[in-house]
Formats: sequence, structure tokens, C-alpha cells
Amino acid sequence: MSNRLSGNEAVAYAMKQMNPDVMGAFPITPSTEIPEYFAQYVADGEVNTEYVTVESEHSSMSVCIAAQAAGARTVSATSSCGLALMYELLYVAASCRLPITLACVNRALSGPININNDHSDSMGARDTGWVQIYAENNQEAYDNFLMAMPIGETPSVRLPVMTCMDGFITSHAVENIELLETDAVRKFIGEYNPENYLLKKENPLAVGPYDVSAYYMEHKVQEAEAMKAAKARILEVAAEFEKISGRSYGLFEEYRMEDAELALVLIGSSAGTAKAAVDKLREDGVKAGLVKIRVFRPFPGKELAQALANTRAVAVMDKSEGFSANGGPLFAETRSALYDLKERPYLIDIVYGLGGRDVKTEDIEKVFGRLADIAVTGEIGPVYTHMGQRSKEDIA
Amino acid sequence: MSKIYNLKREVEKPVRLTGGHRLCAGCGAGVVVSGVLRALDKEDRAVVVNATSCLEVSTFMYPYTAYMDSYIHSAFENSAATCSGVEAAYNALKRRGKVDGAVKFITFAGDGGTYDIGFQSLSGAMERGHDMVYVCYDNEAYMNTGIQRSSSTPRFAGTTTTPIGSVGQGKKQNKKDLTEILVAHNIPYVAQTAPIGNFKDLHTKAYNAIYTEGPCFLNVLSPCPRGWDYPMAKLAEITKLAVDTCVWPLFEVEEGVWHLSYTPKKKLPVEDFLRPQGRFRHMFQKGNEWMIKEAQQYVDQKWERLLEHTSA
Amino acid sequence: MIYAKDINERTPWQDLTPGGEIYEPGTARDFDTGTWRTNTPIFHVEACKHCMLCVPFCPDSAIPVKDGKRLDFDYMHCKGCGICEDVCPFPAITMVTGGVAK
Repeated sequence: MSNRLSGNEAVAYAMKQMNPDVMGAFPITPSTEIPEYFAQYVADGEVNTEYVTVESEHSSMSVCIAAQAAGARTVSATSSCGLALMYELLYVAASCRLPITLACVNRALSGPININNDHSDSMGARDTGWVQIYAENNQEAYDNFLMAMPIGETPSVRLPVMTCMDGFITSHAVENIELLETDAVRKFIGEYNPENYLLKKENPLAVGPYDVSAYYMEHKVQEAEAMKAAKARILEVAAEFEKISGRSYGLFEEYRMEDAELALVLIGSSAGTAKAAVDKLREDGVKAGLVKIRVFRPFPGKELAQALANTRAVAVMDKSEGFSANGGPLFAETRSALYDLKERPYLIDIVYGLGGRDVKTEDIEKVFGRLADIAVTGEIGPVYTHMGQRSKEDIA
Repeated sequence: MSKIYNLKREVEKPVRLTGGHRLCAGCGAGVVVSGVLRALDKEDRAVVVNATSCLEVSTFMYPYTAYMDSYIHSAFENSAATCSGVEAAYNALKRRGKVDGAVKFITFAGDGGTYDIGFQSLSGAMERGHDMVYVCYDNEAYMNTGIQRSSSTPRFAGTTTTPIGSVGQGKKQNKKDLTEILVAHNIPYVAQTAPIGNFKDLHTKAYNAIYTEGPCFLNVLSPCPRGWDYPMAKLAEITKLAVDTCVWPLFEVEEGVWHLSYTPKKKLPVEDFLRPQGRFRHMFQKGNEWMIKEAQQYVDQKWERLLEHTSA
Repeated sequence: MIYAKDINERTPWQDLTPGGEIYEPGTARDFDTGTWRTNTPIFHVEACKHCMLCVPFCPDSAIPVKDGKRLDFDYMHCKGCGICEDVCPFPAITMVTGGVAK
């Protein structure tokens, strides 16, 4: 069925269709609407979820961890500082191997406080052991959320899943979107029947031990192996999802990459702008292409290297600043992935769009212009730069 | 539990906190936790929630759990939220026919995890009204990290962050009155107790807390021989002195009505409680008489205030 | 199901429980804390009135009770703190130096 929904409403609607056992709810811009919409579903008796209105995101994640361990399917939504406040518990959720589903509506981190979009919140949580799946638009936000549970709950995975969409750009913009029938959603996600849970009658369960060094490393290896196993499972779930939706998903999307010589690698809603730029450049005969990363954790390094193997110059566009003085997090992953190629493309990093700074097709075209120069001259220039900020050089 | 407390009958129940945990010899926490869990009816299941603490690292060191019931530890500052999550799951799964039978939800946290870092989480859970019991085993400092002061540490006590020196005289501030703050949450049951005598007080209050619907709070004095610096065999004596000096009065507040549980036959001077403990040793040096005097004044003032509440 | 008795410091990561979960009650009972003792309580059954005052004061649940009778110490778990001797109103418990009951 077709509908016109904002990204937030699409995710809240997905939650309604899934009818989770427990939701931890706390407001923060721009994800606030998700618990608001869901509260109305609760109030209208459309779901029978235990809706827990906690006093902080920290408690929200704590409720989800405990409820999931107790045998419940749990969801939550947050943004920015809310995700940062959960930080300690994101690790706990993953290390306890609890397949919680969290909608992250990406927003810049303080300080200074800023409510607009960039990826600094979820990128800060990239090493917490959560599967991370990013959406370009409302349709993907909805679809990714539906696919999260079957991925996370797989016994060989048993990891929490964070589905991310761009704050305001995706969360608040209303778009046409295809929704599945609720019955189809319920069938797709199935029942949650963990083997052991706190409320199980037959045997007790103890969760969250003190691990001495004789065990901690082994448990971390288990977690690392689970993240590796998630990659294949993500593709399996995508294939099952395609059967019921007709929409196809991979670890990333390749846009006009078949013969691309110049390419961008980026995440999220900017892909829409970048696709328009690619189309325009293609009309002018430029062999431009785009890789839109969908799954950031587990990182599809090998697959990405294959996708970029025949390009000549690539710009990674990071919508978060990692302050490594050596490029953003997507750049670090991409450059590492390309290391194993015999012949590597030239690679630069452009940090853009921080705190809601707009990016236009002309900006993307300029990036391709830089890539074209690099491809011709072999002169890479500064590897790591920022785009879109005012600068004395521009005025002069 | 039948109405009349019978120690003989209670101690015959199967233990719910087993031996083999790694709490220090003579630790008050082991006594308090097994005492609270003993109040559960034999046939009832429980989920035990634990904040990071001495108790946690000692009672669930992989692969050894000392609990006969399900148990969850997540972090230091979130045990109340964690307990509310388990309770929420229970409500949801019960509604959907996935679990049946009564399950009780009991959280244990130290004073650091309760008075300080876990305070927001506790206040939130109490306000939301989950059917749970929160038990603070109060040993008056961060013992797990090596005896640092908390907002529960009494004035003048020496700790590793309030050491005694040529200028420093132990903790400068008085102990936070957490029990009273919990009363202000207007929850159905709040009590202050301690392991003394035949455990009637602790047992009855634990039973009331567990079997009263809604959020209930117990603050239980839990002496720490290492942190308080007294001979480990003296747990019962130290606790009794805390109660008989009115340093740690026993009372309960049911639906907002205060009851005094125990009035010492003879209210002992506060120095009787202070003297056996190394953390207060400096108070007995020449020239420091004012400390004992002020400590006594504070205890008297708090006791009078409590009597006003309970006689109202 | 993986059992705690099969987990030790030589167990490979593949054979440990995911996330460090344990699916059984009271596995700590298998751990010997009796070796911690530097002093040991001795139970004199003839002097015991089975008042049970010592039982709830034991931090280590090391005083078993059966059919209304307090039994001898569980020396595998008793850490020798001496609280029981201190609270016993009768001469039914005495502490001896050293970790061995003699």
C-alpha cells in the first residue's frame, strides 16, 4: 500500500506493525516523533506494547537491555546526545548479545549544541558492537527497520541493530512510501523465542558477569565472530525481504558504477543529491559513479574494494568529523579496505555537512571536478579537507 | 509468611544466595542479601537485579553465580532502570500469555550505586511505579574501588578520598538522608532496617517490600569490616550500636504513614558506635572533642525529627 | 546447553556461553572459599540449643539447617569470619587458629 509519511512516522509505523513487547521512550530532537506516534498507537489500543517512559536515554537503553534479557522484543529511538548518553550501555547490550532494535535519527553532537543532521552520533558508536544500517530516504528507513530484527535475532548473530536515518532531511520530510501489510510484516519477523531468558520457568538465567581476564577475551572473540556472521545474514534477510516487498538491498548501493572512473563513497540522504550530480556529469560524458554505504557495521570492506577496483579516483565523503587529523571514519574504513587491491585508485576524504550544513549538486560536481584533475595529473593534493565552510581563502 | 515471624522456620528455607561467592570474610552485604531473599515465599520466583558493586563482582564471577534465581547485572548507575525493564517485560509477556505465575523483582545496589550515581535511575523507576523492590545495602562508601567517600559517608569518616591529615579531618559533609528522599516519592513502602538480633526487623520489612504492590525501597545498613576498620567478627555488635545510638534508626513508612520500629531502651552516646571503628579514630584524639560533640548533636537532631514524623 | 562445570580457564572461546550467560542456579557452590580461612569455627553440637541466631548472620550461607537442627559448618564455603561465634549465646561455637577444623 502507498502512503505519504515522514521518516519518523514510517519508522513508528514499522514499530506498530511489529508490535514489540517493550519500548523505552525518551524525547530528543529529531527522533522525538517516533515515541510520540507510538504513544498514540498505545493510547488507541493499536499495539499492546509495554511503553516505558523513562527519565533519560541512559535508562531507556537500560530498560531495553533488561527487557530483552527477560525475553521481550524491545525497541527504542534516539538521536545525538541521547545516543551518546547510551554509550556505555550500547557496549553492554552488544556484549550481552541482546538483539535490541534502535532507530537512530542522526543529528550532530554537542558542542556547540546543534539540532541538525550529521553522522557524528552514530559514528561515535560505530565500535560498540552494534550492527549499523543507514537509510537514504523514508522508504529505506522503513525497510531497514523491518529487516533489523530478523538480522539481530539470528542465533549466530545475536547482536543489537541500529538503523540510522538523517535527522530532519529524512525524519521530517514527507515522501511517498510503500508499506507492507501488517500480516506480512508479522510473518516476516516471526515470533521471538530465545532459548534462555530471565523469566523462563524451567531454568534461571544469569546475565552480565564479572569476567576475569581468563574469559573476557574469549567473549570478545565470540562477539567479533558474531559481527562477521552478520554480513551474510544481512544479505539473506534482504533476499527474503525482496520476496515480499520487491525492493532489493545489498551491503551498499552502486549507482552507475559499471564503468565509473571517478566515484564517491558516502552515507545517507546526500546520496540523492549525489545521484543527481552523477546523472548530470554522465550527460556531459564524465564516467562518474556513486557507492552509497548501507551497512557500516559489519563494514563491507572486501566488497567495497571490489566495487572501487576499476576506478581511478575516489572521494570519500564523511558526514562526521573524527578529529583523527587523518580523515573521517568512513575514509579510514575505505582506505583500509582498498589496501589489498593490487592497483588502487587515488583516494581523498572530504568532511562535509556538519551540523546541517547544506550540500548541493554543484558541491558534488566540484568534488568530481577535483577527482577528474587528480585522475589526469596524478597530483592528489591535500588528502583530507572540509567542504562547505566559510574560509578566508574563498573571500580572497 | 504467616503473620508471626519464626526464625527457625525461615532459616530452614533453601538458601537463595549460595556460598562460594567472593565477598570478603565477614561482609555485611552477604548477610543483608541473603536476609532479604529469605523473605521470599519458597514457591515464588524472583529476578535479582544488581548494580555494579562489591556484591556484583563477587556473586557473579563467570561462570559462578551465587543466585538460585535469575539474575542480571548491566552497569553501575542503572540498576533501578534495569529492574524496571525486567518488570516491563514481565507485564508484556504475561499479557501475551508467554509467561505465567508470580515473579518478584528485587534490585540490590550499594550506597554509591544508590545515593550517588544511580540516584536518577532510582528516582525515575520509583516515580513510574514499577512493581519492584529496590534494596540499598548501605556500607557508607565506595568499597569496591577501595573505600572512597560517597554522599552516604557520615561526617568525619576517614576514607581514601577524605583522608585524615594535618588539615583534613575526614569527610566534611553529613550523610545524605536518602530514605527520607524516597519517602518524598510517595511510594507505597519505604523502610530503613539493619541485620540485628533474630532478623525479625529486616525480614518483616523485606517481606512487606516484596509483597506490597508497586515500587518499594529498603535502606539496609551493611557494615564493611575493611572500610569501617573493625574486627570482622563484630558485625552484629557494630550494627546493634548503630541502632542503639540512633545513628541508624529503624523505621518504616507505609503509604506515607511513619512508624518507628524500634526505640532503644537506653539511647547510647554516639561515641559508642564511633569508637570501635578505625574510620573515626581521629575523632578521639585530644583536641578533637568538638567532633564527637557535633556528631552527637547531628544524631540527636535527626532522631528528634524522626520522632516528630512517627508520632504525628 | 553449556554447563558451568564444563567451563574453565582452558575452555576455547567456541565452548563458552555467549555473552557470559549461565543457565543454572547457584553454580558458585562449586567454588571453594574455605581455603580463605585463617581461623576456623568449631561447632559443639552438645552445647547448641538450635536457636538459629548464627544462621542468618553467616555471610556465606555456610551453616546448614535441616529438620529444625543446625548442622555442622559447610567448610567448603566458610571463610572463618567468626561472626557466628560472636552472636552465639551459648558455648556452641569456638574459633581456632588456622584454616583447618581440629
